[in-house]
Amino acid sequence: MTPPPSAPAKPPRRQDRPLALVNARIVDPASNRDEPGGVLVDNGIIQEIGARVTRASAPENAEILDCRGQVLAPGLIDMRVQLREPGEEHKETIATASLAAAAGGVTSMVCLPNTEPIIDDVAGVEFIARRARETKRAKIYCYGALTQGLEGKDLVEMALLADSGALGFTDGIKATGDVQVMRRALTYARSFDLLVIQHPEDPRLAAGGAMNNGELSTRLGLPGIPAYAEVMMIERDLHLVRGSGARYHAAHISTAAAVEAIRKAKQEGLRVTCDTAPPYFSLNENEIGDYRTFAKLSPPLRGESDRRAIAAGLADGVIDCIASDHAPHDVESKRVPFAQAEAGIVGLETLLPISLEPHHKGAMSLLAALRCLTARPADILGLPQGRLSKGAPADMVLIDLDRPHKIDVAKFRSKSKNSPYDGRPVQGCVLKTFVDGRLVYSLEGER
Amino acid sequence: MIGSSAANAFFPHRHLLGIEALSPTEIERLLDLADSYANLPKDDERARKLLRGRTVINLFFETSTRTSTSFELAAKRLGGDVITMSVGTSSIKKGETLLDTAMTLNAMKPDVMVVRHSESGAVNLLSQKVDGSVINAGDGRHEHPTQALLDALTIRRRLGKLDGLLVAICGDILHSRVARSNIHLLTKMGARVRVIAPLTLLPSNIDRMGVEVFTDMRKGLKDVDIVMMLRLQLERMQGAYVPSTREYFRFYGLDYDKLAAAKPDALIMHPGPMNRGVEIDSEVADDINRSVIREQVEMGVAVRMACLDALTRNLTGNQ
Repeated sequence: MTPPPSAPAKPPRRQDRPLALVNARIVDPASNRDEPGGVLVDNGIIQEIGARVTRASAPENAEILDCRGQVLAPGLIDMRVQLREPGEEHKETIATASLAAAAGGVTSMVCLPNTEPIIDDVAGVEFIARRARETKRAKIYCYGALTQGLEGKDLVEMALLADSGALGFTDGIKATGDVQVMRRALTYARSFDLLVIQHPEDPRLAAGGAMNNGELSTRLGLPGIPAYAEVMMIERDLHLVRGSGARYHAAHISTAAAVEAIRKAKQEGLRVTCDTAPPYFSLNENEIGDYRTFAKLSPPLRGESDRRAIAAGLADGVIDCIASDHAPHDVESKRVPFAQAEAGIVGLETLLPISLEPHHKGAMSLLAALRCLTARPADILGLPQGRLSKGAPADMVLIDLDRPHKIDVAKFRSKSKNSPYDGRPVQGCVLKTFVDGRLVYSLEGER
Repeated sequence: MIGSSAANAFFPHRHLLGIEALSPTEIERLLDLADSYANLPKDDERARKLLRGRTVINLFFETSTRTSTSFELAAKRLGGDVITMSVGTSSIKKGETLLDTAMTLNAMKPDVMVVRHSESGAVNLLSQKVDGSVINAGDGRHEHPTQALLDALTIRRRLGKLDGLLVAICGDILHSRVARSNIHLLTKMGARVRVIAPLTLLPSNIDRMGVEVFTDMRKGLKDVDIVMMLRLQLERMQGAYVPSTREYFRFYGLDYDKLAAAKPDALIMHPGPMNRGVEIDSEVADDINRSVIREQVEMGVAVRMACLDALTRNLTGNQ
């Protein structure tokens, strides 16, 4: 397939001056590099990296930025976001999401096809690509729908959509439930080596459910979704993956059983990857408390033992990526009875600090934590960024790893504020974000 | 008896949303107060002063006759101004949300809103947005506190106590707010509670609410003091949760045969409306020696008077 064209179609306008980021702690998971040094950028591309890049060695005309020993890492790649444009611009737009992404250190993101209209044809993919070009603050890609109209019946023109830039195929927040449809989708995708992404949840078991099934759902009188609805769908799909040889990615896994199923599939050598989202390793179902709709997610927040299993799956590498699962909803979608509320949270601006929690707790190295947010998603999606290496696009984030602060939804750039993390004390924040060597966010500039 | 300075201590909650948040002492007080109203003639003049000048709005998003009538009567006997609004879910579908409706009514400054809604948690949500007190008249499968209180009052007046009794709750526990509120109340007051149902009608981990679980009705009814039957909605019995009405009645319908396992003088209760011949045999339901179903309805008014009285004591502007 052709390289993803959602990156600016024309090469970025030549910058007046090269940019030298010096005196940084360079953390690049792709090369396992964690050492002092600098990065020299010219024309949006990383020209040089390492200890050789210093204030003294920089070209005379270069703009110098002293990083004061702070962490310089590849910009984050968020492989699962909903941008609500086109169709629900009152919740989020590509422009507001890009502001949020830049502030969150996210330099690339991939949106789901569940917009209005649905992204199930070439025109839809091209619309996103065009809006992405207009938005300079982040690189925006999309997945195509796996089935026409997300109806779970007829396949979309997968190869044509991929040629237009779709990075993968998924029915978005819906599971592809019909086993024969999924079998054909995977088999067809294999012909072009396309990525198929599943929302792994048996749709019949999940129907009508509002939260995880268990004691709490009984007490609250809310219809529950059993945790095994997830692993049942994954195990079903794994048979199809084995049969087809296709590339399969399970999105936002949330249960211990799913981690084990993916672990076994990987050991067997199937081309299977998965991601999770911050809520599934940082929160559990008790967050719902007295019907807090901000804690309503899909899949639902699980019990504590599942939360621990997800954290362990990240630490031991079975879970490849962390995606924000950014799902903006306006107040009216959440200020309704729990069962009627929309599921999902905004995540672009909390992705980094929450994903650093396992590192600060000593469960993951910084390289491992950042790998889930950079090199791994880039590899799965086939993107050239997500690494600090010569010739790579200069998408970078400068992070103050230790700065303590409280998450404040009032400061979110995202149009919607539906976050269960409001007021949570966290450690680590984004200082500056660069896309193709351009500064797109600076914490100091915000003040 | 209770001075105004001690009023807040009598019932230190602004709303009555469920039994789960109440202490045994608070439940006891509500029951004592309700008991006193049950003994009062219905035209008692002192009672008629208690809610004078107060506005009570019954807001029912789900149809109900007995509960809304019972609240209406209770408010009237206390001298309050009461209106009952049945807001079909259809008008909600027209675009006005639950909270829009609540805010509109709130602007009319009711002292108490009595609310029923088909979604669990909806009444809690509404209570966060209004100025007066809110009484939960049933939310989804979550709670129906006044029903549990009237059941408890009925039992207490018949048997003199709740502590130490053995109570069986039978039927559709899964979808029942009455079951949940009763489980909370009875276990808090020292009764032992059993639930009896096929497993498809029992929610997960119900045992964690402090009850014993039985799938065999005869075993579950053994030596119980009280048999509480729950209504089974007909649409749930046509293959979804239970294969048929016939099979359900055979194994989980209350008849004299199964009732023989309970204590000889065990009381029979039902929150109504009954499906005769489905969950309860007609003869058993009408047995004047055993069935207290009519008394339950009677106690409903007294309990709701007590709840309205207790909550409005906390409101400002009361003499």
